Amino acid sequence: MRRARVAHGGAVHNAVAHPQGVRLADGRVVAEEAVVWLPPFEVGTVIALGLNYADHLKELSKELTVTAQDEPLAFLKSASALIGHRGQTRRPADASFMHYECELAVVIGCRAKNVKRADAMAVVAGYTVANDYAVRDYLENYYRPNLRVKNRDTCTVIGPWLVDAADVPDPHALELRTFVNGRLTQQGNTRDLMNDIPALIEYLSSFMTLDAGDVILTGTPDGVVNVNVGDEVVTEIEGIGRLVNTIVGDAAFGRA
Amino acid sequence: MPTPVRSPSLPSPRGTVYGSLLNFRSALDALGDQIHRPPYKTPPRAPVLYIKPRNTLAADGDAIAVPEGVTGLEMGASLGIVIGRTACCVRETDALSFVVGYVIVNDVSVPHDSYYRPSLRFKCRDGFCPIGTPVAREAVGDPNALTVVVEVDGVEVQRASTTGLVRPVERLLAEVSEFMTLHPGDVLMVGVPAGAPRAGAGQRVSISIPGLGRLQNTLIAEGTR
Repeated sequence: MRRARVAHGGAVHNAVAHPQGVRLADGRVVAEEAVVWLPPFEVGTVIALGLNYADHLKELSKELTVTAQDEPLAFLKSASALIGHRGQTRRPADASFMHYECELAVVIGCRAKNVKRADAMAVVAGYTVANDYAVRDYLENYYRPNLRVKNRDTCTVIGPWLVDAADVPDPHALELRTFVNGRLTQQGNTRDLMNDIPALIEYLSSFMTLDAGDVILTGTPDGVVNVNVGDEVVTEIEGIGRLVNTIVGDAAFGRA
Repeated sequence: MPTPVRSPSLPSPRGTVYGSLLNFRSALDALGDQIHRPPYKTPPRAPVLYIKPRNTLAADGDAIAVPEGVTGLEMGASLGIVIGRTACCVRETDALSFVVGYVIVNDVSVPHDSYYRPSLRFKCRDGFCPIGTPVAREAVGDPNALTVVVEVDGVEVQRASTTGLVRPVERLLAEVSEFMTLHPGDVLMVGVPAGAPRAGAGQRVSISIPGLGRLQNTLIAEGTR
């Protein structure tokens, strides 16, 4: 099942995929363009991984002065930074390098503490696509990556669908692609995750209780490039979804 | 000290809890010349923030579990600002109108030396963020002149004043809300003073701020809950 949360006709609805768009829980079928797409589940704690693909680590290693290490580089974002499919993301006028990050998002389905690797996949409710923007200009060397880079309003796009785990036979063999204005700019495959999904769940749940609605953004592969106002950014994961986002300027947000 | 009463209009702090790092001059000074050397290279420009996720939230009286192999946990006493209405791009001059109240927060950490990219396992363990009872803003007075006292087993181990903030409450709200909207129920900690005291299993920690009451928790060895 592919599930969504959308606003339509003055209310928020649970919906499922339909050949003509989405089917709302009340039976109406509505076109993709006729609904407002929200994050596809009630979002709890948002955990994001840095440098979880070997090629991306290599890409950024000069700047980051890190190397592959045993402990995953995890950081947190707040649910309020999230927006849904077909939303707008603000690019601040003073930024010189703002880039997308196409990531497989793993949504937790139940309370989970001290989960062993062998049992980890059982706590996964499903998967969705995340586009986790970063504004590199604001990077500082305290509690990296700092929230001004990674927790900006509108800068974490998620959706369109929460795809049931049962419908994804192998989440470690999914092609990731990002298109900017239709041009392929980023490509990778979840088989190259340095810490795979069971490893991340075992690691995180060893010190923090995960709960339904918590989501792990598993990191992004090589190929991040700057985006500009007016760009359409499509992050796509094979079998999971195609997440569309548009970059807008300060003026749209009432900023000079 | 009077017992704080939760006013009916105060939202419970069920939003996101944010911490501020190095927002006490004492904490920044303690880093000394290190802020000019790798990995930091330059002093912080914008507020340095982090998130205490929902699994860390705890209440007055809850036990704090000390993980195996750790002798003492840092007791990060902080004034928490409770947001009352949606705050985006607020100006310093009216920043306090977005504040519904204040609350005592204990930002518990496993001691760690580096501020560069600390692991989540230092600050995000279950129960590592006890929060007291919010008190209405009008009852608290100037948030930039509050004394924060930490006691371990009844002995005072730290005393600091929010007069020592690098960014006073109004300025912190202005700079943070420039890039991320704060929502009703969110809590923004103003920061922890230098030299957070440590406490170990079997000890009792108490944080008090005049007008905000007292937040008390006991530390226990993990697995003995």
